Amino acid sequence: MDFLRPLTWQDALAAKAARPGAVPIQGGTDVMVEINFGSAARRPEALLDLNPVRELAGHEELPDGTLRVGAGVPYVRLIAELGDRLPGLAQASRTVGSPQIRNRGTAGGNLGAASPAGDCHPPLLACGAVVEAESAARGTRLIPAADFYTGVKRNALEPDELIRAIRIAPASGPQYFAKIGTRNAMVIAVCSFAIALHPRERRVGTGIGSAAPTPLRATAAEEYLSTELDWEGRGPLPDAVARRFGEFVREAAAPIDDVRGTAGYRRHALAVLARRTLTWAWNDHRAARKEVS
Amino acid sequence: MRVNLTVNGVEQTVDDVWEGESLLYALRERLGLPGSKNACEQGECGSCTVYLDGVPVCACLVAAGQAEGREVRTVEGLAPGGGGLDPVQEAFVEAGAVQCGFCTPGLVVQSHDLIERVPDPSDAEIREALAGNLCRCTGYEKILDAVRLAARRKASTT
Ligand SMILES: Cc1cc2nc3c(=O)[nH]c(=O)nc-3n(C[C@H](O)[C@H](O)[C@H](O)COP(=O)(O)OP(=O)(O)OC[C@H]3O[C@@H](n4cnc5c(N)ncnc54)[C@H](O)[C@@H]3O)c2cc1C
Ligand code: FES
Ligand code: FES
Repeated sequence: MDFLRPLTWQDALAAKAARPGAVPIQGGTDVMVEINFGSAARRPEALLDLNPVRELAGHEELPDGTLRVGAGVPYVRLIAELGDRLPGLAQASRTVGSPQIRNRGTAGGNLGAASPAGDCHPPLLACGAVVEAESAARGTRLIPAADFYTGVKRNALEPDELIRAIRIAPASGPQYFAKIGTRNAMVIAVCSFAIALHPRERRVGTGIGSAAPTPLRATAAEEYLSTELDWEGRGPLPDAVARRFGEFVREAAAPIDDVRGTAGYRRHALAVLARRTLTWAWNDHRAARKEVS
Repeated sequence: MRVNLTVNGVEQTVDDVWEGESLLYALRERLGLPGSKNACEQGECGSCTVYLDGVPVCACLVAAGQAEGREVRTVEGLAPGGGGLDPVQEAFVEAGAVQCGFCTPGLVVQSHDLIERVPDPSDAEIREALAGNLCRCTGYEKILDAVRLAARRKASTT
């Protein structure tokens, strides 16, 4: 096994091009578990340590206002430095593992691992985030989150590509994330759900986690709400609308039975989470008007 | 491979490190610092918690090579030296927060960090900070007592 330690982003891309089998490592909270427990036969030929690459550890605002968040920003900093502009992603980040895991783990690593249970995925889907991948040969490629997850623990990256950043618009309305688990810490989601209201566009974004082979959007549920919500009047949320939204979300999921829960439980819980998070978000939206007037 | 790092203020060079080796293994088996414990090797228990560049992490999930050029502080590096103890360590002893002791080094480092950042932590903050540290003996109550005691002590001496 080799240990590659590029010091710049260009060197990292060159290293990945020369050694497509090298496994990138950032926080190591997925990679090291694999190495500590995996068989010798499944060991990677090389580790590619991205910690020294400064570019990955920062975030910036692009001219159009979009945030470009380096793949190597750990959860603890996502929460502290971007929580005001990315509340959905920050809420999800707060539920990851434990303080020690959040000090090391990154959204970039969550995307690299592409577990259907990864907590970043629902808010990234709900916010319409875009994954910025890059290779030495072909330069930058922008992959919408909805196209990024291709199967259980599989993503759209080519063998010579690395994740440079996540591009995500700052919240233009309320965002919520909710997750089912047995305790408050150290929980892999039984299922999870994220919602983002985009009041200016009269649009709702959704993301479902841990209830299908990949994280996914509930598009029918989104369309239903876009037309059904009283965006201008900001009237109270009718019970029937919240309920129907929950049903649409439940129907979008394709869960399985496993050690963490049954498919039936996941469907039921998703409908509840969808209804609940919509209620919180809509109440915020209504309160926001009162503040303005 | 060779790894150069600073451990508890001392520059160290470690040779023959396996590329997939964890920082925890390097500390315990190559640097003679068995304070950080190996209980799960998967980030679940917190017994291996050390500071990496001032931030508490699970040493079992850091590749030793990732510590190149960086600063590590283990439980062995908390006490002022000369046989004394850090106030957090003292509080753990006095509050009876130690039984078998296996979880203690990780809890001490994690509590040390909490009190550095939040000098007067609420119970909720203590529970949240220690959520990634498992103890099979004490039932946690005495550990919470120890953290409260350590915070009070530290506040009165600074
Ligand atoms: C105890 C414990 C609890 C956990 N709890 C949760 C939880 O609650 N929710 C959750 O979602 N996850 C959880 N995880 C999983 C893990 O912490 C997350 O997936 C985390 O986001 C991984 O980030 P990392 O930087 O540590 O990734 P790493 O382990 O460094 O990498 C993960 C994957 O991404 C690839 N990769 C990393 N960086 C890049 C890059 N720049 N470009 C391309 N590929 C890259 C790696 O090759 C690897 O395949 C937990 C893990 C542990 C050990
Ligand atoms: S040994 Fe590292 S967390 Fe358990
Ligand atoms: S004292 Fe034994 S595990 Fe905590």
